[in-house]
Amino acid sequence: MSYSKKVIDHYENPRNVGRMDDDDPSVGTGMVGAPACGDVMRLQIKVDNAGVIEDAKFKTYGCGSAIASSSLATEWMKGRTLDEAAEIRNTQIVEELALPPVKIHCSVLAEDAIKAAIDDYRRKQNDSAA
Amino acid sequence: MKLPIYLDYAATAPVDPRVAEKMVQCLTSEGNFGNPASRSHVFGWKAEEAIENARSQVADLINADPREIVWTSGATESDNLAIKGAAHFYKRNGKHIITSRLEHKAVLDTCRQLEREGYEVTYLEPGADGIITPTLVESAIREDTILVSLMHVNNEIGTVTDIAAIGEITRPRKIIFHVDAAQSLARLPIDINELKVDLMSFSGHKIYGPKGIGVLYVRRKPRIRLEAQMHGGGHERGMRSGTLATHQIVGMGEACALLKQELQANAEHAESLKQRFLSHLDGIEEVHVNGSIVQRVPSVLNVSFNFVEGESLIMSLQDIAVSSGSACTSASLEPSYVLRALGLNDEMAHSSLRFSFGRFTTEEEVDHAAEQVRKAVEKLRELSPLWDMYKDGIDLSTVEWVAH
Repeated sequence: MSYSKKVIDHYENPRNVGRMDDDDPSVGTGMVGAPACGDVMRLQIKVDNAGVIEDAKFKTYGCGSAIASSSLATEWMKGRTLDEAAEIRNTQIVEELALPPVKIHCSVLAEDAIKAAIDDYRRKQNDSAA
Repeated sequence: MKLPIYLDYAATAPVDPRVAEKMVQCLTSEGNFGNPASRSHVFGWKAEEAIENARSQVADLINADPREIVWTSGATESDNLAIKGAAHFYKRNGKHIITSRLEHKAVLDTCRQLEREGYEVTYLEPGADGIITPTLVESAIREDTILVSLMHVNNEIGTVTDIAAIGEITRPRKIIFHVDAAQSLARLPIDINELKVDLMSFSGHKIYGPKGIGVLYVRRKPRIRLEAQMHGGGHERGMRSGTLATHQIVGMGEACALLKQELQANAEHAESLKQRFLSHLDGIEEVHVNGSIVQRVPSVLNVSFNFVEGESLIMSLQDIAVSSGSACTSASLEPSYVLRALGLNDEMAHSSLRFSFGRFTTEEEVDHAAEQVRKAVEKLRELSPLWDMYKDGIDLSTVEWVAH
């Protein structure tokens, strides 16, 4: 398996590795995948009052492409509004990282993680509003 | 120290330079290039002499009669010839075969083929230590059992089957006992006279000989008959037709002659490397050696690094050539069937690497490899949400995962 330069770069220097407080109402957490399948991604976003993602963090158990996909996702989400971030598609990740066909599921997982984090944040907001 | 470091001797070994030297003497017009089956001239006679010398070298290593050695193209062909050949020849005696879930694909897939032909196969389940015990074999035997096929040393986890004890069970019942010894010939002393094994498969390239050559040992007393699987000129007493590959055969013979001298030293070297390697890993949490820790060869170590995924671990180990314990190299959904047979859960199976040492592995290489492993595991655990959860005291088996 040969990896693209971008995958190797994200793998060797992953961006935004970390963890935020799950209980913070301004934080949304998305955890997708399963250990049995060989990859689990946890992606977290911190959203400001204007609905803009001011910070994003991830941790991933998985192959190099899974780590790179989630690292890239955090980079892309920062500074976007929730609606803008929700428009990130796995195909854009595939293109940016030049993922081979057997690794497309990594990008799908990253898109799922983005959506899950946004959903979690919105659910928290609704709950506190209600 | 030359990089990358080769720690995949269970996959294949380099040809020993002393072996290569003998092989190149059997190729060009100045060398021993004749067809060993040519009876009418000196070129054939010389080639035949080289073949028979190599046959004696193999026989000598395992204490067999040279007439019990059949040349094949490798252990896969030897397994096919042994299992299909015996099953077909003895089909009137019964149609039941016993093997295990830990076997190499060359055995498993051959058994699957026999199932399609109407044979019945029992696949024994090992305990968590990966050992197929004599008791397991005995309890699976039926009236119509004709063949038991088990490996001597497991290629993924390095565990050793007690073939001496199993032979004591099969022989009095006149059940043929086949052993795939591809992984053991260079690692354990084998005295075929001490073993009640009827058929034994060997490979050239696992013993510092060339690829493309193997041996099937076929016992003469009591005589074991096989139905040929490759038909043609009737070479190898009709059991395996095809022009003998002199250079390959000479290489395998020489590799056996070297083992006769060096097996003991090689085994001691491997034991010291194993201890050295494991002592470096000491102190890293959640590291497990898979398979029995006592009934094993030292040179094949399958290690699970919990909460770290195997493929990304390999990606971090750029200076080391190892194989992913899991059969999937593409993060596919299927972890190694051998590790699963041991009862390992999926994440542990996905977190496993196989390190295998050999004759040419140095202490310096083992030190460097272990240091890289330690750093990579630390780095990837920093990245792993599973490691966080483990540290938070969450039992991962209780989590409801969003599978994809």
